[in-house]
Amino acid sequence: MSTGEKYLAAAYLVVFAAVLTYLVLIALKVSRLERDLEELAELARQRADG
Amino acid sequence: MSTWSRNNAAAALSCAAGLLVLLGLGLALLWAPEDADQGISQKIFYVHVPVALTAYACFGWAAWKALRLLWLGDERYDLESYTAVHMGTIFGVLTLVTGSIWAKVSWGVWWSWSERQLVLFLILFLFYSAYFMLRYSLDPGPRRQRSSAVYALFGVVLIPISFLAIRLAEGLIHPVVFTRDGPQMSDSMFLTFCVCLAGMLTLAAALYSVELAGKRIDERMRELRELLA
Repeated sequence: MSTGEKYLAAAYLVVFAAVLTYLVLIALKVSRLERDLEELAELARQRADG
Repeated sequence: MSTWSRNNAAAALSCAAGLLVLLGLGLALLWAPEDADQGISQKIFYVHVPVALTAYACFGWAAWKALRLLWLGDERYDLESYTAVHMGTIFGVLTLVTGSIWAKVSWGVWWSWSERQLVLFLILFLFYSAYFMLRYSLDPGPRRQRSSAVYALFGVVLIPISFLAIRLAEGLIHPVVFTRDGPQMSDSMFLTFCVCLAGMLTLAAALYSVELAGKRIDERMRELRELLA
């Protein structure tokens, strides 16, 4: 692999890694929202019961 | 726009972005010819320039939403402007990193302080990075919304300066590809660049809709928690 090819691969990989990182962050956010929603549903159930 | 339409728009944008980015990647690596001077490393152009133009587009979109907030006073534009700045900052980081990689292989240095184009882009990036400090130093409410909007609007002035700096520069180490005579590249290179630019803009639009949806859900959850507490 030539030096030019290595730098080219690095530039493309940086963008790919950024998109992948963003995807992981979104997945973590969705998990957090699911937990929060569960908490709110529990609160709403308690309200309705009592 | 209804939640259903928003979700479907985000899904359609994501599919289009995936297809265009893959097509652009294929064209750039397999079809576009190598540059006679720079060789294969010139192909960084197909990722660096679209990413930079997308960062400008995001900051421009943030300023437009900020203007709408100040003009119409509608609160929803605050979140939209903030999300656009968020996206612009991500693409700004990618512009600086891919630009540095290209600079290293072309000029032999990671950064050149004598290049106005680079320094002005860095100033633009730092200006919008400071947006978050301003935003989170104020309590949520109309004051924070107005201050953030004014700040986002001021930053947009830097975009044409940064964009035109390359044409005003005397050093001209940074290559000039788009001149008054049109793009200085072959038709196949220009077509590849257009596909890559379309892919990057669509990717930014998809990320923007997903991020905005997430932020809106966060807000609604906060409101619900306050109501149920």
